[in-house]
Amino acid sequence: MDIVVLVKQVPNTTDVKLDKNTGNLIREGLESIMNPDDRNALEFALQIKAEYGGTITMVSMGPPQAVDVLSEAMGMGADKGLLLSDMAFAGADTWATSYTLGKAIEKIERFDLIICGRQAIDGDTAQIGPQVADFLDIPQITYVTDIETVSNKEVIVKRRLEDGHERVASQLPALLTILGGANNPRYPNIGGLLAACEENAPLAAWNAADIGVMVNDVGLAGSLTHVIKTYVPKFKRQGETLEGTTAEVVRQLIQHLGKSEGASACKAVAATCRLMADTKQEGI
Amino acid sequence: MTVWVETDLCDGCRRCLKACPYGAIDMKAKKAVVLDHCTSCGACIQVCKNEAMLTDVVPREIPDFTDRQGVWVFAEQRKGQLTRVSLELLGKARSLGEELGQQTAALLVGNGVSGLGETLISHGADKVFLMEHALLDVYRSEPYTIAMETVIRDHRPNILLVGATHIGRDLAPRLAHRLGVGLTADCTELTIDPGEKILLQTRPAFGGNVMATIANRYSRPQMATVRPGVMKAEEFPGHKGELVNIEISLTSEMVRTEVLDSIKEEKRAVELSSAKVIIAGGRGVGNAQGFEVLRELAAVMDGEVAGTRVAVEEGWISSDHQVGQTGVTVRPEIYIACGISGAIQHRAGMMNSRYVVAINNDPRAPIFQVADWGIVGDVTEIVPELIEQLKQGRENVIGL
Ligand SMILES: Cc1cc2nc3c(=O)[nH]c(=O)nc-3n(C[C@H](O)[C@H](O)[C@H](O)COP(=O)(O)OP(=O)(O)OC[C@H]3O[C@@H](n4cnc5c(N)ncnc54)[C@H](O)[C@@H]3O)c2cc1C
Ligand SMILES: Cc1cc2nc3c(=O)[nH]c(=O)nc-3n(C[C@H](O)[C@H](O)[C@H](O)COP(=O)(O)OP(=O)(O)OC[C@H]3O[C@@H](n4cnc5c(N)ncnc54)[C@H](O)[C@@H]3O)c2cc1C
Ligand code: SF4
Ligand code: SF4
Repeated sequence: MDIVVLVKQVPNTTDVKLDKNTGNLIREGLESIMNPDDRNALEFALQIKAEYGGTITMVSMGPPQAVDVLSEAMGMGADKGLLLSDMAFAGADTWATSYTLGKAIEKIERFDLIICGRQAIDGDTAQIGPQVADFLDIPQITYVTDIETVSNKEVIVKRRLEDGHERVASQLPALLTILGGANNPRYPNIGGLLAACEENAPLAAWNAADIGVMVNDVGLAGSLTHVIKTYVPKFKRQGETLEGTTAEVVRQLIQHLGKSEGASACKAVAATCRLMADTKQEGI
Repeated sequence: MTVWVETDLCDGCRRCLKACPYGAIDMKAKKAVVLDHCTSCGACIQVCKNEAMLTDVVPREIPDFTDRQGVWVFAEQRKGQLTRVSLELLGKARSLGEELGQQTAALLVGNGVSGLGETLISHGADKVFLMEHALLDVYRSEPYTIAMETVIRDHRPNILLVGATHIGRDLAPRLAHRLGVGLTADCTELTIDPGEKILLQTRPAFGGNVMATIANRYSRPQMATVRPGVMKAEEFPGHKGELVNIEISLTSEMVRTEVLDSIKEEKRAVELSSAKVIIAGGRGVGNAQGFEVLRELAAVMDGEVAGTRVAVEEGWISSDHQVGQTGVTVRPEIYIACGISGAIQHRAGMMNSRYVVAINNDPRAPIFQVADWGIVGDVTEIVPELIEQLKQGRENVIGL
């Protein structure tokens, strides 16, 4: 069972801070990490390898420093790493990214399964998996939470839907996108990490010429969508803080709600508000 | 490619600085400089009024797309039931169509689903393209992609909107790739650019910390997936439309996956997205008993209970009740946030609520900035008092 795992290096968006004056992301001190879902993807690959043998090849498109996620993956047990790095790849949308990844995977001699994360935490599109699958003309199963069985012809997985889940069988080769939290990814081991740093480590870097693409078909130049504006979301509401004793603030709240259009949504609010008005009139 | 500043042209207006999603621009001596961690995403190039931001990428010519007409919606159905987001998108498609002077169409794919055509028409579709086949019974990526590809190639729409459900986000990227068109993910806002007449698609990225507006200039249809609960479904009573049958040729060899079984679990998420009143709890609710009190308030207000990711992780409420970026998006009339700090990922799911009430003992909690009315206090005191007072109205006036 030969498996290709797609990994992306991403900024850790969980502790993103914004510059108060410019509204920009503060990137200093923002560490680069392996995209969280991709760890789950690799963990499944490692489990399959443990049972059926074969090799795991990691593929990542990114700047030269993205080699770090490949080393980390090898520390976790992956066999080979392939970095796709070229100035020409920069600024790619998902169309251009999946084209670049697809062209590289075509060059890898054989694979039975491609496993990737469901979604990357920076671009957040969840589009790469299905687009790479279509490029290679292989079936896809997305939102996978469990891999039940793998044989040399078929894989059976569990796929999550909003209101339940499905068990889906697919012919091989196939592409799976793994939902974060699907399993507990192992930690890299030191020996593996050190081996990945050695000079003869099985890490390769390919550029545009190596995968046989024209620079106008990749990166920003090859993209079909373009970011034309970005901004930090602002919120318009003007919060009014209610003051007084607990009974008073709750009373004020009910009156505010009762006088708003929201009253039509809640009988209890409308009724209580009316009751308050009546009681007031009666002078109690 | 590389991005650099032509210093002579730069007037130091800082537009590029604000636009860079990666914080890769700095001002030195009132001129912009591009820093090393620039990813060449191109966002800054678009905003510079002086054409001082340069790149070695040759600008491409924008093809003539005037023959591409129609604003289309993928009408997702599961077991003969239309998803709510499909109807929400039809409402949006109709207003976009009016702005462009183009018709609205719905794409109905399945087997034995023609009865849904009426609902789509009354929600704004001028045309319903019906694609039925035994192999289209249960959703699978491959046959659905083929069906959609067929009708799009033949009828050449301008815009195609797909609900960002687990099915929509499986189908749309494969279809976009098949057609060779761009796709914007998970949009929360769609408008037409008044000059260029293209669709401007706004979406959260970087975990909701940044909003990005994306244009799709070089290919048609302009495709976007849109979050459920963001747009509003509208009914157009008496609206007339046409049902058009489309032949789809499919054989079982074209389909390499099979759905073995499909297990339904509690379907609460859908109720949340249509609830009029939501009582949401966060870490500040304290414990599972605290959530029982919220349930009591929900019962009095005829509402539903929801929670933050922390509340879900604590096990106080199940994960299908999570509101936010990785949970559901809701738009109730009244949203009462109890012991919730108001993290951006949470706000992403509730900011379209009509009225927001915040109850939190920390006056600096960001939730107060997005609330209409705030109460600084302990949830364990405020909520029971609210229940008490509302009960009086309920008992004395409605007699419940
Ligand atoms: C603010 C902003 C908004 C954007 N919006 C859009 C948009 O709406 N449409 C669009 O087409 N592009 C968009 N992009 C560009 C998009 O982020 C890039 O194309 C990116 O390379 C891939 O998309 P993603 O991060 O969303 O990956 P996802 O599709 O979310 O990633 C899913 C999985 O694919 C694999 N993968 C993704 N990228 C790589 C990689 N470089 N190398 C190896 N494996 C990978 C990983 O396994 C990952 O878990 C946007 C970029 C920015 C900065
Ligand atoms: C990629 C990503 C996706 C995420 N998706 C989501 C999502 O979909 N939904 C979501 O909700 N979160 C999401 N999160 C998590 C989010 O960032 C926050 O961590 C979370 O929303 C915080 O939950 P909270 O408000 O319950 O807890 P906290 O932030 O801990 O806030 C608790 C609040 O309660 C107040 N409080 C404490 N005691 C009391 C009391 N007795 N009375 C009144 N107030 C009290 C405190 O002052 C505080 O403001 C996501 C995070 C990431 C990184
Ligand atoms: S937007 Fe253009 S003119 Fe303004 S600071 Fe940036 S490079 Fe200079
Ligand atoms: S190309 Fe993108 S990352 Fe680079 S400076 Fe411009 S906006 Fe920032």
